[in-house]
Amino acid sequence: MRKIIAAVLAAEMALIVAGPAARAHAFLDHANPPVGSALQAAPAAITLWFTQDLEPAFSKVTVTNQAGQRVDLGNVQVPQGAPAQLQVGLRPLPPGTYRVSWRVVSVDTHPSEGSFQFSIG
Amino acid sequence: MTFLRFTAGVAFAALAITPLAITPLAKDAVAHGFAGQRFFPATLLTDDPFVADEMSFPTFTRPPTSADRSQEFDFDVDIAKRITPNFGITIGQGWTHLQPTGLPAATGLSGLHTGAQYQLFIDGPHEALGLVGLNVSWAHTGRVAALGSPDVTTLSPTFNFGKGFGDLSPSLAYLRPFAVTGNLGFDFPTKTESAGTPNPNNFNYGFALEYSLPYLQCCVKDIGLRAPFNQLIPLVEIAFTSPIDRAQGIQTVGTIQPGIIWSGTYFQIGAEAILPVNKASGRGFGGVVQFHVYLDDLFPRSFGKPISEW
Repeated sequence: MRKIIAAVLAAEMALIVAGPAARAHAFLDHANPPVGSALQAAPAAITLWFTQDLEPAFSKVTVTNQAGQRVDLGNVQVPQGAPAQLQVGLRPLPPGTYRVSWRVVSVDTHPSEGSFQFSIG
Repeated sequence: MTFLRFTAGVAFAALAITPLAITPLAKDAVAHGFAGQRFFPATLLTDDPFVADEMSFPTFTRPPTSADRSQEFDFDVDIAKRITPNFGITIGQGWTHLQPTGLPAATGLSGLHTGAQYQLFIDGPHEALGLVGLNVSWAHTGRVAALGSPDVTTLSPTFNFGKGFGDLSPSLAYLRPFAVTGNLGFDFPTKTESAGTPNPNNFNYGFALEYSLPYLQCCVKDIGLRAPFNQLIPLVEIAFTSPIDRAQGIQTVGTIQPGIIWSGTYFQIGAEAILPVNKASGRGFGGVVQFHVYLDDLFPRSFGKPISEW
């Protein structure tokens, strides 16, 4: 019995270690500006780093102010050479609280979504 | 007793008709436990409120010393498979090593259990999930005489739910990573007694309260945690079983299980202490460790997706 258990555990670990890379749900790893941060100066762009590579055509991010108005430039992109990043430019932002909302699809088609806030001033 | 029977009947009827009432809401089913931006890990004690393609292999359990002072060690395997995006099945089997007081040890299969589950709803904005299921513990699929495996098939309808607190107001930001999952269900043995001992109908209830550090990091405040600490989910699970008829001295039993889950890309590892709530539930404390694989992430284009998209 112990040998069977050991063999199965070894097989599981081999599957996981040798499994295809970048095939799972994409979670937000970190962001710039950081999640929940309070900034002194307005950022020019938002950059999100995910745990998996993204499908650019199905990955979006928007930034809204407290009135719910879009303040991003709509130029969402997955930078060349950084398939797990998502960027969008921002208009000049006055002091206030802003919400970043993202919805992405990883390269194996798993969707995921989330949002967070940051503030200026 | 009459009130308990009535309550059981009403709850069972509610379980039966609820799918008809809210089926249209379960349209955004995704594999393992997501509701909006909330990820619910697979918990070790209480059943999960989502259909999934997952496998617990193995779960090692060392229960507290039982009321009759026998000691036990369990090894369990469970697999969950989606048939459609909202309908799934589960199957599990256990192996037990039992050391009764003053008697030779016994080992063997502890019994086969299966389940059928339907995802009632997934409410992303409110991070809420609901599921109904029917679990079956099959008679004579383990060593009955030596290990006390069931000699009676038991039907267990259940309602499982999950709710994240992410919709709390911003002034309660650090409470938003909390989430609760839980079960309400019944056991209906198909025989009223086994070898002269009554088989009561039972009411099962339990919940898990968890604090998601991944949620804190992604959605509330980046406090600088990085792997592996940003993937930890501390939790406490509590579950009880109360007889609702044919009790004849049988008490409510249950455990409280504080622990932690580490959730990675393809698998999670969970560990919990097991604390009995009363003497009928055991003595001292035990422990459980589980290795749980996300088949939908490991095999997204084959075994890890629903058999039918219907």
